[in-house]
Amino acid sequence: MTEVVITNVDFGYSEDHIVLHDINLEINEPGLYCIIGPNGVGKSTMVKCVSKIVTPLKGQVLLDGEDVAQMQHKEVAKKVGFVPAFSQDAFSMSVIDTIMIGRYNHQKWGSRQKDLEMVYKTMKLMHIENLATRSYNALSAGQHQKVSIARGLVQEPEILILDEPTANLDVKYQVYVMEMLRAIAIERGMIIMTICHDLNITSKYAHKVIMLARPGKIHAVGTPEEVLTEENIREVYGINCRVFMDDTINKPYIILGSAIMGMAEDY
Amino acid sequence: MSENRLEQDIILSEDVINSVREWNQPIEGDAGLNSTVSKFNSTIRWKLFFIAACAVIIILVSSFAVTVGALDIGFFEVYQIIIDHIMGNATSEYDYIVFDHRLPRVVAGILGGAGLAICGVIMQSVLKNPLADPYTTGVSSGAAFGATVGMSIGMASFLGDSALVILAFAFSLVPTMVIAMMSRFSNASPTTVIMAGIGIMYIFNALTTVLMLWMDASALNKIFYWQTGSLALIDGWSSFPVMFTVVGAGIIISMIISGKLNVLATGDDSAKALGINADRMRLLTLILTGVVSASIVSFTGLIGFVGLVTPHIVRMFIGADNRYLVPACALFGAALMLIADIIGRIVIAPSSLPVGVVMSFIGGPVFLWMVLRRNSSAW
Repeated sequence: MTEVVITNVDFGYSEDHIVLHDINLEINEPGLYCIIGPNGVGKSTMVKCVSKIVTPLKGQVLLDGEDVAQMQHKEVAKKVGFVPAFSQDAFSMSVIDTIMIGRYNHQKWGSRQKDLEMVYKTMKLMHIENLATRSYNALSAGQHQKVSIARGLVQEPEILILDEPTANLDVKYQVYVMEMLRAIAIERGMIIMTICHDLNITSKYAHKVIMLARPGKIHAVGTPEEVLTEENIREVYGINCRVFMDDTINKPYIILGSAIMGMAEDY
Repeated sequence: MSENRLEQDIILSEDVINSVREWNQPIEGDAGLNSTVSKFNSTIRWKLFFIAACAVIIILVSSFAVTVGALDIGFFEVYQIIIDHIMGNATSEYDYIVFDHRLPRVVAGILGGAGLAICGVIMQSVLKNPLADPYTTGVSSGAAFGATVGMSIGMASFLGDSALVILAFAFSLVPTMVIAMMSRFSNASPTTVIMAGIGIMYIFNALTTVLMLWMDASALNKIFYWQTGSLALIDGWSSFPVMFTVVGAGIIISMIISGKLNVLATGDDSAKALGINADRMRLLTLILTGVVSASIVSFTGLIGFVGLVTPHIVRMFIGADNRYLVPACALFGAALMLIADIIGRIVIAPSSLPVGVVMSFIGGPVFLWMVLRRNSSAW
């Protein structure tokens, strides 16, 4: 299993616009890691640093002790898969061809049958096998999301990162996708990192929660019980809430209250 | 984590556990898989059939094109001349016309059409921009200005045709760099990039016009044809080595990188995550289109619409997978260029219309029709 270690990472799009401040994080066991935090806090930026989509201004991201900045994109891609938050392809291919792109790093001469099998199994897992020959741009936003997740899964990386995988999905599939990701993390013994906005879904499915707060700092890391406390949620989101323990699954259950004006707001 | 953990996990439902287990195992004898593979294979066969059909069209159209011209040489006589020439028995007075005028023109049409079409596919794909081609991005205008500078100082006469191409390529880099830089900014919409291209096109066209002020009448006449784009500018085989080498290499490289183009078309973030250095790849492919465009524009002048319209038409038949789109567009673009040239030589015979004008008459309405009929969400 690949380990991820982030040490003293700062990232900014310019010197005046620093997004991440001194991020330190170590992920060395498999599981589903949910990254939560308010809008614009740097959640996407942090995961993009891990998949070398952006390069930190300072600090290091290590994959099994190797600095991502020194690795080729191709080497990183063999270990880390990334599913972006939004994907609208300018020129539409069929769903099966779109998902097949995720097999880019696996494709060799004569490997098509194996690739097709993986793509088919994943379409079936995502319940989109009926859409195989449909044009990608003819799909709904939720179906796009399922195709994007499928493209990430067929890549078969050691670490899979998903930027808001449940956006645009209906309630059933929000739950299904998170449950599926948790099951895959256990079954394959891999690290899955996902950005999530729903605190109850995070609480139920995450093995560990990484909570980011303004201005781009890690506020808390730990199990849902440790991180999803009334105090943390109030400080980070600026919202009153009540947290109960759901005894059937032994996880916190959050009832959101009113927003606190003048607290934890964007600037 | 051990396999047993999955059952021990109280959060997970049995259905999800079974689905994930099934996904993680090799698949055996699934009727759905067989049906999906069969559908997938039939789409591949259709794409290959389309490519083969384009190749056949080129052969048929070229066979006809060599028989068309201002001088009325009979259809079969032309082939008799070709056979005689190949057998080393060239006695006909028309041998020069067929071999040094019509055949080079047909070959230049094939190479020019194929080259401009692959430039269009690559540009549209790497810029994720349906409106991009060498003409609309100003790359052709830059190349045209470079070649005009070369012509106005008589460069070709002492350094050869390749010097003209090098100068054309050097100036085509200006718009190439501008669009490569602009496309890096996520807020640069397809329209913004094209508007920048049009701005560059105006600047280079104005500069070319300024140069024309110092040219004599015969040079001006040539420049006029050149600005409209015409295969009549091809005289003999002098342009062949450069065009054949550059366009041939361009097609081969494009086919090699076509899989990478598919990855890049999914967006920069996805592409980087799949192992492609998106910025470097975009720059290198745009430079490739600059070289190919320059090698064509230097000999045929500014021919628009081939690069723009061909990929759209071909996509309607075989979809957007660049691994098939690149060879299909090369062949379709070549056929389109030849057909446009034949039309130009027939409609007002014995005079002829430049191929660039015919292409605009064909390409303009086709493009308008495509704009009106398609969903504009991606534009």
